[in-house]
Amino acid sequence: MRSSPSRSLTRRGLIHRGVAAGLAAYALPANVPAWAGSTVNLPLPGGPDERDITTDFPQKGTMILQRTRPPLLETPFEVFDQGVFTPNDRFYIRWHWAVIPTSVDVDKFRLNVYGSVNQPLSLSLTEIMALPQIEYAAVNQCSGNSRGLFQPRVAGGQWDNGAMGNARWTGVRLKDVLDRAGVKANSVQVRFNGMDEPVVPDAPDFMKSLSIDHARDSEVMLAYAMNGDQLPLLNGFPLRLIVPGWYATYWVKMLNDIEVLDSPDTNYWMETAYTIPDTPHADMKPGQANVPMVPINKMVPRSFITDLKAGTTIKAGASIVVRGIAFGGNTGVKQVDFSADGGKTWSLAHLGKDEGKYSFRQWQTNFVPAAKGALTLMVRCTNANGEAQPAEPNWNPAGFMRNVIESTVVTVA
Amino acid sequence: MNSRKIPVLVALLALSVAAGHPVAQALTLKWVDVTLPDSDRDLPDGPGFAAVQGNCISCHTPGMILTQPAMPKAAWEAEVTKMRDVYKAPVSEKDVPDIVTYLMAVKGTR
Repeated sequence: MRSSPSRSLTRRGLIHRGVAAGLAAYALPANVPAWAGSTVNLPLPGGPDERDITTDFPQKGTMILQRTRPPLLETPFEVFDQGVFTPNDRFYIRWHWAVIPTSVDVDKFRLNVYGSVNQPLSLSLTEIMALPQIEYAAVNQCSGNSRGLFQPRVAGGQWDNGAMGNARWTGVRLKDVLDRAGVKANSVQVRFNGMDEPVVPDAPDFMKSLSIDHARDSEVMLAYAMNGDQLPLLNGFPLRLIVPGWYATYWVKMLNDIEVLDSPDTNYWMETAYTIPDTPHADMKPGQANVPMVPINKMVPRSFITDLKAGTTIKAGASIVVRGIAFGGNTGVKQVDFSADGGKTWSLAHLGKDEGKYSFRQWQTNFVPAAKGALTLMVRCTNANGEAQPAEPNWNPAGFMRNVIESTVVTVA
Repeated sequence: MNSRKIPVLVALLALSVAAGHPVAQALTLKWVDVTLPDSDRDLPDGPGFAAVQGNCISCHTPGMILTQPAMPKAAWEAEVTKMRDVYKAPVSEKDVPDIVTYLMAVKGTR
């Protein structure tokens, strides 16, 4: 979209943001974001690195446009410097198929639970919201977050590091809904399907499954709220599956169909797509044959600097604050280490408020750059299980599960 | 199993009400009706342009192609085959070489 600021703000911007409360703000020139109608360059090796910045999507603010249809929108990285919770209107978007309902009537919506159960259910949102409420913070991260940084490069959505976000999710336990339906003793998995559909009718509908024990662990949630508000439609309104600690592929959006299975799910999206090498760090060599593959599952620790961009010039001899975010993957953050010498020496960073083991956690430290010239800053998260980010990047053909220690090169002057 | 669970459910509900969860009381879900934007980004001209225009952009907009890295011919052939055989894109056999030619022209490694 090579749209000029005036065009995107007067025509599309207003039409598509008109429903939201943002209308007034976006109509005032004083509040027009400086980057509206502009582009951003992502540090993807070999390019193409330029992406349009868009404000054209409903209920969404300023986002990096990766693909218009089906929508892929990346969260601009500066959002992660503003706090551990990612605002709903800045939370990344990722859809597989282009047929997405654009209208949801909350009175008519039903969640169907069927299959290997004693009592099939068809629940309204009112019935679901009457169940005991739970709430926790959890990171939602695309399996392919940072895919654009893989070398050699691989096909797929060419994300930088912004296909992730952290929200406080509110909803009900999946277990409570399954218990109400009465899962039969021979059940092995629970399969989740949303309201989106393929453009071509015989293409594989997007569905994901969890083991019956995982589905009943009392943590997996059917969420009707995100950061205290209903979900933006493109983030899965009215109901989204929350699988804390696991990659977002399982967090089925616009969830309206739950089938309890008495045999393992062999659908394409479980058996073929979203599989990783069954090796440490899901790592393999390009072209390597006969690598055993398994469905992607638990997330791994990651950490980022959020207040200094690569290429920034900092002053020699003056103390500088460095801060960022970390997350432990499927457990909490134990520690974050910072290096201002390219990984030769490390020091513990101070950790911010603990918002729960599945949340982003802020970290902060300071240092005094001495020698002038290029300086490589690194940050490393170790999670509560003692698992630390690796020094070498992983590689696999789908570009999944990057969690190498990230480096930020700045200039000391 | 069902009957055994019901009292537990009621007890939890009572606890939840007693604890006064603020979000549940404040939150009423509202009907949503939105419009998704179209792309105004065009594919550049090139050999095989018509085959790509006719076969590829009904499922995804041109940005999907234009953001991809340069890749070798075998990788592009694998992508086109996947779109056709797995994702059921109705691409005729005769269009496949043209699509690969186009992808190599705009996104191929030499």
